[in-house]
Parts: sequence; structure tokens; C-alpha cells
Amino acid sequence: MIVYLACVLLLSIGIYCVAVKKNLIKMVIGIIIMEYAVNLFLVCLGYRTGGVDPILGANGPAARLMDPLPQAMALIAIILGLATTLLTVALALQIYKKYGTFDITKMRELKG
Amino acid sequence: MSKLLPLFIAGPLLGAVLIPLIARLNRRLPEWLALLITLCLLGAAGGLYFRGPAYLTYAVGGHLPPLGINLVLDGLSHLLLLTVSLVTSLVVIYSMTYLEQYTGKRWFYALYLMILTGMNGVLLAGDIFTLFVFLEIAALATYTLVAFGVEKKELEAALRYLMIGTVASILILFGIGLLYGLTGTLNFADLSRSLPEGAPYAKILISVLFLVGFGMKAALVPFHAWLPDAHTSAPAPVSATLSGVLIKVLGVYALIRIFYNVLGLSPVISGILSFLGVLSILAGGLLALGQGDLKRLLAYSSISQVGYIILGVSLGSPLGLLGGLFHLFNHALFKSLLFLDAGAIEYSTGTRNLKELGGLKEKMPWTYVTTLTASLSISGLPPFNGFWSKLLIIFACIQLGRLWLAAAAILGSILTLAYFLKVQKYAFFEKLPDKLVDIREVPWSMRLPMVLLALLCLAIGLVFPLMVNVFINPAVAAVTAYLGGR
Repeated sequence: MIVYLACVLLLSIGIYCVAVKKNLIKMVIGIIIMEYAVNLFLVCLGYRTGGVDPILGANGPAARLMDPLPQAMALIAIILGLATTLLTVALALQIYKKYGTFDITKMRELKG
Repeated sequence: MSKLLPLFIAGPLLGAVLIPLIARLNRRLPEWLALLITLCLLGAAGGLYFRGPAYLTYAVGGHLPPLGINLVLDGLSHLLLLTVSLVTSLVVIYSMTYLEQYTGKRWFYALYLMILTGMNGVLLAGDIFTLFVFLEIAALATYTLVAFGVEKKELEAALRYLMIGTVASILILFGIGLLYGLTGTLNFADLSRSLPEGAPYAKILISVLFLVGFGMKAALVPFHAWLPDAHTSAPAPVSATLSGVLIKVLGVYALIRIFYNVLGLSPVISGILSFLGVLSILAGGLLALGQGDLKRLLAYSSISQVGYIILGVSLGSPLGLLGGLFHLFNHALFKSLLFLDAGAIEYSTGTRNLKELGGLKEKMPWTYVTTLTASLSISGLPPFNGFWSKLLIIFACIQLGRLWLAAAAILGSILTLAYFLKVQKYAFFEKLPDKLVDIREVPWSMRLPMVLLALLCLAIGLVFPLMVNVFINPAVAAVTAYLGGR
């Protein structure tokens, strides 16, 4: 239970970072923290107390296996998270070139 | 027949990979390849209607569901698939000329086909995690295309969209994890059966996560902040795709799947969705009324019209679903048309500020007539298609005795008419400004998709019973079948 609460705590820290921080790089870090929180949550979902690695044929038939599906989901989520992070950082660099700052309060081209 | 399903995803994906590679051979090759792929998909999506009510499944790699990944085509996804194919193929024709003003055309077409891959994948996904993966693919390609101009405004809009979109995706993934923890399966057909009785708090948490996540993707009103910036800053073909189909596929379609097929539409969720729908209709309409930028006005109008779709769908009655899904299809047509028209105006005059425009009626007759058709359709005037769908939604509200919802829908319709009269007045009537004397109508390849979409708006309005019978009713049947099964 405590692990799940930790996931929610991490998620809240990430949301706080994205919502409150003014620096673009800190917001990117916030997004990464949120992604890690969800990945941790997925891996925890598949954990069985006393379970063994879910490899076909490696263990006896009666062995208690970990649930491999959330682990696969977490792997894919990590890849998607990597793509998102790369894109965000690339955007942040372009923005730095145009605006000369990472401070989002200075970016006020769009209104209404 | 079911062998066709993976092609809807593999075709555009292959195109997206090939286009940057073969672009060096001939500079016109990317757009022709993109056009070929989108037209083939349109032919396939339309052709599947000839074999009666569709229910096709395809087990990827031969692994059978619920353990394997499977692709499912039912009435609802078929309707959306047709809409997506129609809008994307017309938009590709339009971009052949429009994109002359940009560099890096091959990246545009590669990313555009990637959006198409993502949207088709979302529509055909038979399990919720596959839906999420394709949703992310479409979203990532969209963030990049919003920033395609790489100027200050575009970058800022893309950043805002990316931040909100990523938070939404993470909330959705969290919801998927919770749902898996509760049921032990991801397959849509399996999920509704294995959802345990009780566990009210988990269900509420899942509902809230999905409502906020997909609500952000659909730009429902409290979560709409990204849409006006993103849709205004993107190139016109991308705006047309975003407003026309993307927010519906990523947001509305996913909401329908989750809340009808998986969690079941409880009265509380139905009430919340109706409220958000009405809020979107009124707030979007009022904000659109105050805009001076044509594309920004259209973007707020999209928020308002998506409100209608959500209102119709949230009622949970067959008539409401019929109106909502019909409006979804119609809105895809006329909102893409309006964004293409806005692009045409910007292409010819170099501005989209309504105050700087005027008198375009004589100079750009084709753009004028198509904009007028789309404006009348979206405002819900007979005999255009928008009239019938709005009428159905209002009837559905009255049928259920929710008169204040019906009143709000009618008020929203008047607001829509008001801001499109504003567009007509400022852009096409009044005096032509001196610096716009030399402008010319856009080339034929941009005119063709606009005229086709305008004709479709009129034709569907005239033969709407046929339209409803062939396309919309199977979709309603597919959604209500799950309702009855619970």
C-alpha cells in the first residue's frame, strides 16, 4: 500500500512542478517525474509477493509468477515518455533561441 | 475482409517512413505518395460500407484476444474511420499548393501521415492500452506539426499544447493502470464483463482520471486552454485536421468507448458530461464572439461545437447518440472547410485579422461561397446538414425532459449564427481595403477540396435520412448494443 501512496505522491510532485514552476527546464523535469510515477505504479501492479521472473519454462509449473503484462506496459510507456521528453527539450531549445530565456512568464505572444 | 484492418495503420506508417527517404528523388513525390495513401484508405473505408453492417476483428500476429492485441471495426469506429479518411484526403489535396510557402515539405507529409496512423490506430484498437499508444503517436506528431512554422508564436503554442497534452496522457495511463489492477484485463470486450461489482472509490477515481484526461484531449471547457493557441498557430491544413477530426478521435471517441463500453454511463457521469457540454457550448460561443483573428474565432467555435457532440452523446438515449454522432460527422466536414477557407484567405491576403479584411466577396468568389455554405451549416440553418444534427440533439434533450439543456443548445446556436455573421460582414462585405486590391482567388488545387466539402454539406443536408440510415444508425447500434448487454 505504501508503494502506491508513494506513486501518488510522486505524481503530485510532478503535477505541482508542471503547474507552478516558471522555468521551462523545471517543467520538463516535472513531466519526467510524472512519467516515472506512472511507470513505478505499473510495475508495482505486476508485483506478487514471493513471485519469480515470468520467463516461460525457466521455473517449475507451480511457481508463482510476477504479472508480466504491466511490465510490458511500463516498457512501452518509457519509450513514449522518452519521445515526449526529447520533443519537449527540442522545443525548449528552439524557444531559448527565439526568446533568450526559459522563463515562461516572458512568453506572451498569444492572448485571448 | 478483416485482412484490410491492419492496412489502415500500416499504410500511413509505411508512408511516413518512406517519404523522408524518397523525397530526394523528386520534390513532388511526397505529396503524391501521401495523396495516394489517403485516397486508398478513403476507398477502403467507403468500400467496407458496401458489405453491410460491419463488425470485423483482426488478431495481430495470430494471438487471439483477450491475451493478444486485436483490431476491431464496429459501426462507431467505421463512421469515424470514414470521417478521418475523407477529411485527411481532402486536406492533402489542399496542402499541395498551400505548403509551397513552407520549407521542409517532406517532414510535413511524414508527420501528417503519422497523425493519420495514430488516429486510425485509436479507432481500430481493441484494447485500451493499444488505444493509448496510438493516441500518444498521434499527439506527438501533432505537437510537432503545431510548431511547424518555428516562429515565436508557433513554438509557444506547441509548448502549451505539449504540456497539457502530456499531463492528460499521463493521467490516462494512470487510469489504465488502475483499471487493469481492478479487472486484470485490457481488452474492451473483456473489461466491461470483468469489472467487479462494488469498489466504488476505485471506479470514481478511474472515471475522474479518464474524464480529465480525455476531456483535455477533447478540449472540453475547463480543460480547453491549449486549443485556441494550437489551432491558430498550426498551418491551415493541420488546423483543419486538428479541429475536424483529431479532437473527436482522441477525445470524444475515446470518451464514448470508455464511458459506454467499459465503465457504463451512470447518471452522475451523464450529468457531468451534459454539464461540461453545455458549458463548452456557451463559453466557446461567447469567447468566439469576441475574437478578431479568424482562425482563433474558428478554434473557439470548435470548442462550442464539440460541446454539442458531448451533450448529445451524454444523454444516453438513442436519439441523443444519433444527434451527437451525426453532429460529429457534420462538424468534421464544415469545420475543416472553414479552416481551409481561413487558410485560403490568409494565403491570398497575407492576414487573418478580420479588421484588416473586407470586400473579399468580389475578389474571392469561391472562398466566399464555400465559407457561406459552411457558416450556414454550422449555425444550423436548413437545408444544410448542421440543421438536422442540432435539431436531433435539441429534440433528444426535450424528449428526456431536460428543457434547460435544450434552451442552452438553442442559445448556443444563436451565438454561432452571430459570430459567423461577424465573419461574413468583416471578411466578405464592406469596403475592400486599398492594399488588398491586387489579390487573386486561390489556385484550383486549393479550391477543389473546399468546393467538395461545401457540396457534401449541402448534399448531406438534403438526403439526411439516407445518411442517417447508412452511416449513423450502425454507429448508434454499436454503442447501444454494449448498453443493452450490461
